[in-house]
Amino acid sequence: MEKIIAGATVQVNDEGYLTDHHQWNREIANEIAEEEGIELTERHFEVITFIQDQYAAEVPLTIRKIGKSGIVDIKEFYQLFPNGPLKKASRIAGIPKPVSCI
Amino acid sequence: MKTNGVEEKKKIMIINSKATIESVYAALVMANGARMEGIEAEIFCTFFGLEAITQKRMDHLKVATVGNPGMHIPTMLGGLPGMENMVSHFMKKEMEKLDIPPVGEFLEMITAAGGKVFACKLAMDMFHLKKEDLWEGVEDVLTIGQFYERAWEGKTHIIFV
Repeated sequence: MEKIIAGATVQVNDEGYLTDHHQWNREIANEIAEEEGIELTERHFEVITFIQDQYAAEVPLTIRKIGKSGIVDIKEFYQLFPNGPLKKASRIAGIPKPVSCI
Repeated sequence: MKTNGVEEKKKIMIINSKATIESVYAALVMANGARMEGIEAEIFCTFFGLEAITQKRMDHLKVATVGNPGMHIPTMLGGLPGMENMVSHFMKKEMEKLDIPPVGEFLEMITAAGGKVFACKLAMDMFHLKKEDLWEGVEDVLTIGQFYERAWEGKTHIIFV
């Protein structure tokens, strides 16, 4: 379905994940983050960029991989994106909801 | 997954009672998975489940090759020397391929994510274990009563593995 986020019309699924990550930009990220109760900082964007790179490289995301990224450790990842970090970070990064169990 | 902050706290408490790889990993995956969903997670290790948090043992857990129909190994063969080690080694390799960490690392992931790990006092006494024999990330040694006390706040589910 269509949704207007940060003044742009984008395609999202029923859980609010962008269905075309090419439509993503930082303003959209900020607005989605606000819906999730998160105020984005440069630190968040470092993690978001890593997640997007992994998605582009078709590497399935897991909490373990994030912890080994060298960008952020697991503790900080949970602090940056509280209550479901992998899902929230993915939604804010404009990529599909991760299907990982780990 | 409301973000308005007024939603009642959700918690999963997992009792880990066995020492086999498949049993311990079930507990670890559920605890970690709960944290990934924003649900609080606590693991309580009792009886043979203490092996998962005993420093000398935790990274050397084994699959049960005897009396385990799911292995598709005849019981007589499963009992051969070395069989348990070989099968366990193979299973750990398969898990690594799926990015499933070794027990120690998995526990660290769970506690880094805010999960808590406890040991059962009665079982510790039974096996003559001391707190210093346990993995350093263990939060506390609890009686069953203290464990139940932790279950009263918010919406809590207890799972026995």
